[in-house]
Parts: sequence; structure tokens; C-alpha cells
Amino acid sequence: MEKIIQIQHLCKSFSNIKAVNDISFEVRKGELFAFLGVNGAGKSTTINILVGILEKDSGEIEIDGYNLNQIDKILPNIGIVFQSSILDSKLTVYDNLKYRALLYDLTKEEFEVNLKYLADKLEFSNLLKRSINQLSGGQKRKIDIARGLIHSPKILILDEPTTGLDPQTRKLVWSLVEEKIQKEKLTVILTTHYMEEANIANYVVIIDKGHIVAKGTPIELKNHYAYDYLKIYDYKKELIEILNREKMTYEIKSNYIEIRFKDTYLAKQFIVKNERYISDLEIIKGSMDDVFLNVTGKQLEKL
Amino acid sequence: MTRQLKQFKYLTIRNFKLYFKDKMTFLISLITPLILLVLFIAFLKKSYEESVLAMLNGLEISTNLLNSFSGAWLFSSVLSTSCVTVAFCSGTMIIDKINKSDIDFLVSPVKKSLIKFSYVFSNLLSTMIVCLILLVIGLIYLAIVGFYMSFTDVILTIINIFISSLFATLLANIIWSFTSSQGIMSGICTLVSALYGFICGAYMPINTMGKTMQVFTSFLPMTYSTTIFRQTFLNGTIEKMKESIPEIIVNNIAKSFDVEYYFFDYKVDISIMFIIIISFCLILLILLILISKLRLKKK
Repeated sequence: MEKIIQIQHLCKSFSNIKAVNDISFEVRKGELFAFLGVNGAGKSTTINILVGILEKDSGEIEIDGYNLNQIDKILPNIGIVFQSSILDSKLTVYDNLKYRALLYDLTKEEFEVNLKYLADKLEFSNLLKRSINQLSGGQKRKIDIARGLIHSPKILILDEPTTGLDPQTRKLVWSLVEEKIQKEKLTVILTTHYMEEANIANYVVIIDKGHIVAKGTPIELKNHYAYDYLKIYDYKKELIEILNREKMTYEIKSNYIEIRFKDTYLAKQFIVKNERYISDLEIIKGSMDDVFLNVTGKQLEKL
Repeated sequence: MTRQLKQFKYLTIRNFKLYFKDKMTFLISLITPLILLVLFIAFLKKSYEESVLAMLNGLEISTNLLNSFSGAWLFSSVLSTSCVTVAFCSGTMIIDKINKSDIDFLVSPVKKSLIKFSYVFSNLLSTMIVCLILLVIGLIYLAIVGFYMSFTDVILTIINIFISSLFATLLANIIWSFTSSQGIMSGICTLVSALYGFICGAYMPINTMGKTMQVFTSFLPMTYSTTIFRQTFLNGTIEKMKESIPEIIVNNIAKSFDVEYYFFDYKVDISIMFIIIISFCLILLILLILISKLRLKKK
């Protein structure tokens, strides 16, 4: 896939604090790219540099063939959904979207077409005449997301977009984003500290204290940094003796034993070897939580 | 229409709508004219008229002329203060900074200078509209109690509303460039609303202030804005008074009520006053451009 964003040795400091310290990564066109890290890890600083809000100290950035000195060529193709709502609370949903969309090279007709599409997909047609301060938190978030997509950007930056959203709205948002990725080759950069969201990404970069500590596809990261778990629901008591004898890491839960393995191959070998003591089982791949915990030593929030 | 003009238009409409849809901000910016109206009804009208009568020392003056004098003085005060207070309280730039909506515009493909210029322009437009409404109310009031303004006076008043609003808008936007705090914004608005009426001589003539205060105010550009309003509103009334009252007494009244203004001993002509305010507008405009460029580089 064609590279749409290339970052080489990016650095940014605030006084003595190195917010971003020599990070390099690439984002491919039509990819869902997740940028993972706890608050203050350097995610938002990187995003703010990408869109020209902050100036980099050093490093090279190329977006869609342009470097940051040509930010006026980059910005028309970028849509952003910020962590907190930036909508004008006194204006209606329609006015909010209109006055922002028309700043891009959209005609009024194009705006109406895009608005109808987004309003249908995100189910906010009935809210268009309402002012933002009459909306619930979830409804506001939908409009924030529509604002980011109203000008049909090539790159959509989602800065913790689903914080505080109910499951149904979250599903609507992700279904729209996935449709845009499939049909329009939209590139999505997602910063999040929710593991379930990172799990659906094509590529994940984990950042901690301004450094990239791991990167790869979710499956690569899980294989490399996470354990597999074998859950055995029906077993003979001899199995416990084997586990103790072989000094394996396990935990007896209320109705099953959970045994930790470095990878799936070892778990498979164990099952074959001890087949006669096991009747019912399942293998659970390590989660992104494990990956994050293992590479940063920190626990992320769960949805 | 070029792309930038289009962007400017939509930014301005958005800023403009934002101000007029926010009833609270709109009311706060009208607080000074309202205070003046209450003061006028409660004390000022009687006080002005008694002062004029005292200066006439028993000479006859028609009720019509007296009402016109006090009314014109009131509305020149209202406009003089409103140009400043409305400009300070109708700024969308600071509201956007407080709400962090400005970031959304910074990541839009719009030149930063255009965003800033649209803030200033919509701020100026809002101020002008409020002040022009107040002017219309004033003209209607004077038409009822006694109207002596010429067409030129009305035109000069409108020009002065524009220049004074521009001055205050530029000043406000320079100040808002340095803060994004709601507390500071409210503090400055309250301070301007409360203090400006006194400093510009809206509540009491500058001529009645202490010597030090008179010298201080003579260096403030907005003093000249107030004086222009005094002249355009009261020139006709003063001329009419001269038909039945000795000129020396009328001139004394004009001087006491700031219709004539002296910089130390030099009588300042209306054209000089306009030049002073326009010069300050240009200085503020250059300052605003410089500050915007410096602050963009500091990121």
C-alpha cells in the first residue's frame, strides 16, 4: 500500500520535557492506524505537529507528498475529531457544520450532499435545527465526528473519538469509519487508550514517554509481547500435579484452570501431551492489554 | 468570489451569528448604555439642566432647547461608551479561545491572518450595529424632545461610530491575543464597562474633573471620540441657543460640557480629533499584525 504519512526522527520538547523523542513511523493509505499510549505519552503532541498547531524541533514529516512547510496543501485533506468538542454551543448543528465545511473548497450543493450522507449514517437528521447546547454528550460527539468528515478528507485523525459514547453510537461511528476506509480509501489515525479500538487497527504504534516502544499489526504485537492462555474447564486431578511438577504458571478459577503460555505452539504441545487429562478447553490469544502492559509496564483503561 | 473572500465571508457570518445568538453576551455589552439610561432618568437629566440654567443666570431658554441639550448630551455619552464597551464584550476571538474552538479553525485550510481579520471585522460589525441602533433610538428621542442636528452632524456621528468602534475593536483584539482565560475576559469587560464611562467623560464632563485627571484624559485617544460625539450631537443645539442667548454664555456652556475641547490651551478642531483617532487606529492595526505574527512564530 502507498505511504500517505512518513515521519522520521521527530522531536519536540517543552522546556526540559521531551514530549516527543525521536519517533519514526509510516502510515499507509486506506489504513486504520492506532496510536496508543497513556495520557501525556506524546500522542496529541505528534498529532498537533502533523496539523501545524505545534512546530517540530527536528525531524522530517511528509503527508500526502507534502512537507510541513506546505501545510496549506496538507490541511484541506485532513479532518480531525478532537478529544473535546470544539463546536459552537449557541449555533445549530446545521450552522456548525455549514460554516466549517464551506471553509474548504466545497460548494453549497456538495455540502448538502455530504451532510445528508453523514446525517443518515450517524442518525442525526432530526438534530440539524437544534443548537449544540441542547444535545446530549453522545449526540455532540456524533456531530464532532461529522464535522471531521464533512469535507471528505483523505486523512481522518480521531483523537480519542469514542470517549463517553454509548455502545450503539460507538457502533454507528465505527461502521461509518469502516465504510469510508473500504469505499474511499480513507486513512484513519486513531489515538486511543482503549484496547478494543486498537485491536481493530491495521497497524499499531505504542508510544510511552515520547518514545515508540513497540509497533506492528495487532497480531504481530500479541505474538511478540502477549501470552496465550489455556482455559481448561473439565480436567482430571492429575493435571494439577503435572502443572506443579513442571512449575508452570497457572491459576485455579471457580470453574476452570487458566494456564499461561508464551505462545500458541507451546499451548498446543501441552494439550497433545496431556490429552487424557483434559476434556473441555479453549485457547485465548493474548490481548492488546497484555501487549501494552508488557511493553510499557502500565495498564490502560478498558471500555 | 475568490476562495479567501468566501472563507472570510463564512467566518465573519459565523462570528457574527455567535455574538447575536448569545443573549447573555449581548446583554452584558448593552449594560453600559442601560446604566446610562437609568442614571439619566434618575439624576443626570435634572443635574445637566440645572447646570445649564445656573450658567444662564436667569436668562430664558425654551424647554424644547433644554431637553434637546440634555438628551443630546446623554446620547453622545451613550454612543461614546458603547463603541468601547460593546467592542470589548462582543469579541468572538476570546470566546473561541476560551472554548478552544479556535483550534478547529487553525487546522482548517484558512490563512491565520484571515481568521484574525474576520474576528476583528465581525467584532467591528457587531459593535457598529449595536451603536447604530442606539443612534437611531437617540435620533428618535431627540426628534420628540427637540432636534437640531444637521445632516452633516448625523453623517459625522456615523463616521465617528465607525472609527471609534474600529479603535476599540483593535484594542480589544490586541488584549484578547494575550489571554484565553474566562476570568480575565470577564474582569476586563467589567472594568471597561465600569471605568470607561468616567474616564471618557460620559457620566460627568471632563471639564469638571480635577486638573490631573483632565491632563491624563487629554492623552487618551478616546477622549477625542467623546468630544466628536459631543460636537456632532450638540452643535445644532448650541447654535440655536446663540439665537436667543449671548454668545459668551453659550460658549461657556459649550466649554463646560466638553462641546469645545482644549488640549492645554490649544482648541482642538474636529478634523484634528479625527486625525488623532485614525492615527491611533493605524498604530493599533500595525501592533495587532505584529503581535499575531510573533505569537504564531512562538508555537
